[in-house]
Amino acid sequence: MSSPLLAVSELTKRYRRGGQTIAAVDGISFHIEPAETLALAGPSGSGKSTIARLLLRLIEPDAGHIEFEGGDFLSLNGAALRARRARLQMVFQDPLAAFNPRATVARVLGDPLRVHGIASRRERPRRIAALLERVGLSADLATRAIHEISGGQRQRIAIARAIATKPSLVVLDEAVSALDVSVRGQILQLLLDLQREERIAYLFISHDLGVISAIAHRIAILDAGRIAESGDARAVIDAPQSAIGKALVAATPKLTRTSMHDAS
Amino acid sequence: MNPLRRFLGTPEAVAGAIILIALFAMALTAPLIFPGDPQAIAGPALLPPFQDWLLPLGTDRLGRDVTAELFHGARTSLAVGLAAAAAALVIGAVVGTLAGFAGGLVDEVLMRVTDAFQTVPSFLLALAFVSIVGPSLGVVVAAIALGAWTGPARVARAEVLSIRERDFVASARVIGMHPLEIAFREVLPNALPPVLALSSVIVAAAILTEAALSFLGLGDPNRVTWGGMIAEGRAVLRTAPFLSIVPGIALVLTVLGVYLAGEGVVETTAVRRSLS
Ligand SMILES: Nc1ncnc2c1ncn2[C@@H]1O[C@H](COP(=O)(O)OP(=O)(O)O)[C@@H](O)[C@H]1O
Ligand SMILES: [Mg+2]
Repeated sequence: MSSPLLAVSELTKRYRRGGQTIAAVDGISFHIEPAETLALAGPSGSGKSTIARLLLRLIEPDAGHIEFEGGDFLSLNGAALRARRARLQMVFQDPLAAFNPRATVARVLGDPLRVHGIASRRERPRRIAALLERVGLSADLATRAIHEISGGQRQRIAIARAIATKPSLVVLDEAVSALDVSVRGQILQLLLDLQREERIAYLFISHDLGVISAIAHRIAILDAGRIAESGDARAVIDAPQSAIGKALVAATPKLTRTSMHDAS
Repeated sequence: MNPLRRFLGTPEAVAGAIILIALFAMALTAPLIFPGDPQAIAGPALLPPFQDWLLPLGTDRLGRDVTAELFHGARTSLAVGLAAAAAALVIGAVVGTLAGFAGGLVDEVLMRVTDAFQTVPSFLLALAFVSIVGPSLGVVVAAIALGAWTGPARVARAEVLSIRERDFVASARVIGMHPLEIAFREVLPNALPPVLALSSVIVAAAILTEAALSFLGLGDPNRVTWGGMIAEGRAVLRTAPFLSIVPGIALVLTVLGVYLAGEGVVETTAVRRSLS
């Protein structure tokens, strides 16, 4: 039996709040296969971002295991962890907050190339131009400051930065929620193209079932730190079984049932 | 309105800037206008000001040219003030960034050290340091910086504590950047503005401390200093008060100029930041 790309088991994270302990993530298990998109849906405060931050080792879990590319991801530390990060990347919700306010586009894209020794200083401008082109932007953008470009361009830059190190898994935490509807469609199409061509798997976090139905193969619906139900994305969204699943579907206006997977 | 015009629209700031420009002009031209040793005998002793147009501010007890001493003293005051403030800001920014970014034990230890330095009055610290190591320009600079870095360290730490929670720092970790690079290349530059806002106060205090050390005879003996001139004049305070008054006025004007111009800069940039 081949092992999955990512296998999470019994992951738990508790926070103390006012003398009381709450489990933001409460014994969650799931897995992701190569080139697959798993959506994490759930209302605000259900623990979606906490899972993302646990996977990226931005915070440490209280219990559980994370196996990534066949190795124990939680046992890595220091230089070994930093090296492994090349394969597991993240795109944040607010593309403005996710970049150093003083940075230029070239620096934002050059940093991962430099940190992981992917391109020498001389090669870097060419690699940066190629990355920009890869996400549908002009290479001229490289010299611009991050705060000078539009929100949609910024999120494309964030995606370019995430794929710069050729990751096998990218975690996207509400990555399209802050964007205009028209821009959102383009970004989703870009993600689908990248997945098809580079076999990247996504953990796609969103509270929007409309967006999820357009991009995800499977879905897990979270409620208060636990998985309420999971399964094939279309099947779950068409006929949710859990109370929270039904509530989410009811809250989504005119849910388009046609997936972008069919269109492409 | 651009910041320069706003700066020029503030009378206090303009006054401060004019004083500073005059001071820098004195410091820079001192070796040209008054070449040679400013401590050499230049005329009769205790010549009052405005008697001889070649010695416009007169001479001191030993017949040294007070004008030349004043110009050369400006060099010492500015050099020590700027160097000590720069050293204090660098030390403070580095310590504050390390403490705030690393957290835990590192933060605890660094902040206890900062507390310790802050508890000792900075002038006593400088006094003790110079007495032990011996007076020279470098030692005086180090002694003053030693008592001045704690303010910048606290401000930098507070700023870093809020910046390190921001997404762009998480993003830097995600791409595998080394923590030291994150601290000094991503976080520190964004924490600098409020730290730099302290510079005028620190420069002004450093100039005063240097003068006080020199007054007590703990300045560099090979350089003319305003503090040293005031101390010199003290012996003949009744008969020749101008010997203490002239460098005293220079000192007060300098501190005032640094402070006013510094406040003007902070004010105009703060307005710009709140507008953007
Ligand atoms: N640093 C923290 N300290 C305390 N509680 C937290 C912290 N981070 C998240 N939480 C709590 O954990 C729960 C899950 O939060 P989060 O993962 O951000 O939810 P979501 O992304 O689904 O909206 C919430 O109740 C939130 O208040
Ligand atoms: Mg969230």
